[in-house]
Amino acid sequence: MELVLRVDAISKSFGPIEVLSGVSLDVKRGEIHAVIGENGAGKSTLMKVMSGHLAPTSGAIYLEDQPVVFATPSEAEKRGIVLVHQEILLAPDLTVAENIFLGREITRLGLMNDTAMRAQARQVLNQLGARIDPNIRVRELSIADRQIVQIARALLVPHRVVVFDEPTAVLTPVEAESLFAIIRRLRSHGVGVLYISHRLSEVKAIADRVTVLRDGKLIATRDIDGFEPIEMARLMVGRDMSKLYPEKPDAASDEVTLKVENASVPDHVVDVSFSLRRGEVLGFGGLIGAGRTELFEGLVGLRPFKGRVLLDGSAVSFRDARDAMAAGIVYLSEDRKGKGLLLQQNLRINLTLSALQKFTHGPFIDVGAERAALDTAIGDFDIRARRRDMLAGELSGGNQQKLLLAKMMLAEPRIVIIDEPTRGVDIGNKEQIYRFIADLAQQGRSVIVISSEMQELIGLCHRVIVMRNGIAAGEVPQSDLSEDRIVFLATGVHEERAAEIAAGHV
Amino acid sequence: MTDTAFRTGATERRFSLDLRALSPFIALVVLIIAGSLVNPDFLTISNLTNVATRSAFIAIIAVGATFVIASGGLDLSVGSMAALVAGVMILTLNKVGGADSATLVAGMAAAIGLSVACGLANGLIVTFGRIEPFIVTLGTMGIFRSLVVWLAAGGTITMRNADLRELYRPIYFGDIFGIPIPIIVFLVVAGIGALILYKTSFGRHVVALGSNEEVARYSGVPIWRVRTLVYVIQGVCVGIAVLVYVPRLGSATPTTGLLWELQAITAVVVGGTALKGGIGRIGGTVIGAIILELVANIMVLSNFVSEFLVGAVQGAIIIVAMLLQRSLHRGR
Repeated sequence: MELVLRVDAISKSFGPIEVLSGVSLDVKRGEIHAVIGENGAGKSTLMKVMSGHLAPTSGAIYLEDQPVVFATPSEAEKRGIVLVHQEILLAPDLTVAENIFLGREITRLGLMNDTAMRAQARQVLNQLGARIDPNIRVRELSIADRQIVQIARALLVPHRVVVFDEPTAVLTPVEAESLFAIIRRLRSHGVGVLYISHRLSEVKAIADRVTVLRDGKLIATRDIDGFEPIEMARLMVGRDMSKLYPEKPDAASDEVTLKVENASVPDHVVDVSFSLRRGEVLGFGGLIGAGRTELFEGLVGLRPFKGRVLLDGSAVSFRDARDAMAAGIVYLSEDRKGKGLLLQQNLRINLTLSALQKFTHGPFIDVGAERAALDTAIGDFDIRARRRDMLAGELSGGNQQKLLLAKMMLAEPRIVIIDEPTRGVDIGNKEQIYRFIADLAQQGRSVIVISSEMQELIGLCHRVIVMRNGIAAGEVPQSDLSEDRIVFLATGVHEERAAEIAAGHV
Repeated sequence: MTDTAFRTGATERRFSLDLRALSPFIALVVLIIAGSLVNPDFLTISNLTNVATRSAFIAIIAVGATFVIASGGLDLSVGSMAALVAGVMILTLNKVGGADSATLVAGMAAAIGLSVACGLANGLIVTFGRIEPFIVTLGTMGIFRSLVVWLAAGGTITMRNADLRELYRPIYFGDIFGIPIPIIVFLVVAGIGALILYKTSFGRHVVALGSNEEVARYSGVPIWRVRTLVYVIQGVCVGIAVLVYVPRLGSATPTTGLLWELQAITAVVVGGTALKGGIGRIGGTVIGAIILELVANIMVLSNFVSEFLVGAVQGAIIIVAMLLQRSLHRGR
């Protein structure tokens, strides 16, 4: 097979921080080349360099052995290299056809030629094996269909290399399967595919070759034959995976601290009941969109909520997050950048925002006490900040999460609800955050962990409740915790099939 | 894991050179140099005192606008509100009729009471109606303006009692130790404003709300109360400005306070407060208000541009200030 794209010793630095150092990689015609690595390993940066979104600090790109420089994504696109973004970037109020042709409309005499665009859109969608009406508004499509539209849009230009950046992050296993069919079809047409993921079973199922990145460096490139997920994980993490999770705290006490009965959140959650014990780490699993986040946002007064909530046996209801905090319940949002921290403010202001009343003398804020609290938090939570007056937005994902934890712990909660605790967090910080969570339970607090990472739930939790389409589909006790059980409850597919999907075989 | 190396040198920098905070002062110095080149009378104590005195109304209103804008809001109604409050205050003074301090206090109480009510109305509609502040205050701007036209029956509302006017006069024309009273009032208002914005939990909450409403909500900040209160503070500032303004002319007309909203918002933006919220600079606002009045003063003293075009120049200033802010932001 001939090479179509090759990068040689690519490095990329943002200021003093080098996120890629000397990575070389090639893609052949008609192969699927997977690039795997932990969050922050440099996968996305590498893809952005290859597709013209970022200029490398050093190194060269060769397209069919000719050196090329892409100043913009559209230059790369013109040469046949297209990137399918991780996020859905479509205008929800335009139709499928309008989105596919947005910015490159077909015109006749200066007016848009809708007929031609619709016909071509239908043709592209058919090539992808999708039956989506080009006239429908994108708003009305499922996430999976929107992604197909996005792929169709990317493939409209003549393409030699297609880059998929974690395309299955928002898909159910069944939807992911039809995406794989599309990717295999591209391969059979002689296109070179770069496939970014950190889901190893998926990579095993679809890739021909695998490149492992860690901390911005190339660790290995290997053929898929004989390259098993367990070995991929070891190379990705660079250490023994078994030490990632701390010892689970001793079995929780029998003392029920929070009891929720028949909880409903309009449009998201129907009739969910559960109880939480002192010193327990309770997991909430399920697919994205199953209603987990909404359930707990409702519980702490951030959304309309119906249902009975008993805190230490007495009925409570919270009008807003302030109420819930006063009662000792804090919620750490999955959307750290949008709902957790003020990215444009410094660490001190972020740290004390939820507990300002502790830092006031009379009407005035005691900045000295705030600074002291920041020193304590930086020590206790090992927040890596180059300067004290850094903005929260300048911290890495893991340090932002630790700052958010420190901020919420100032409210001295008895119940801590953490939504996706390690999203966008690198492996070292992950391990620390897991330890903080275990420590919280050890101290006699109760923790609820909402996570889409099944390994995380299995490694951390005493029990896991799995949600599906807004209902509690079932509960998995500690003795029974496995990916198969969670996938089965999360998707509702038959157990054997769930095991296959979990293993990536179909 | 507890590595301490990164903590060295991690003390908070207190004297960082922030161009955005510094630029209003640079602009002020440039203007003063330009002014002194244009006309030798510019750099006299009496002229500069006059400029500072005249800038007092806008400066006081702009201190309130700093709170609104730092919280991510906007108040277009301040000019009309000032006209309405001035009109009602004069009508109250005329109605009470005396020429004593008690009458004056009654009129002042009416002015402050009405301005608080106007601010509260803006705040409650924005907060509980969940309507864009731009639309709400555009609406109340029209309402307040036409109420004053209606009260004045299209003409002028004038203080009728000459003795009372004489009693009230020093609030604008008087001085303490040579410093005109309006300047003292505006410094006091700015001082209190700075204290509230920088040193209290409420001020911190204003900045948090302006930085990111969702984060503020998820952090347990009482956003409804904070949002309503910034408009009330804006109202109080308008009321105080009116107290200083009324003795100057002793009347209110349908054109009183015209374009004050433009001047107040310009002063705030020139002062370095972010129009999208999250950064509030009271000191910058005060400088911004003085800059606007200096520009007008230089236009009068020079013959380059007709002084009738002051509004056009002020409009140009806010646009240029925004362009500069954007390029500074990009330069980072």
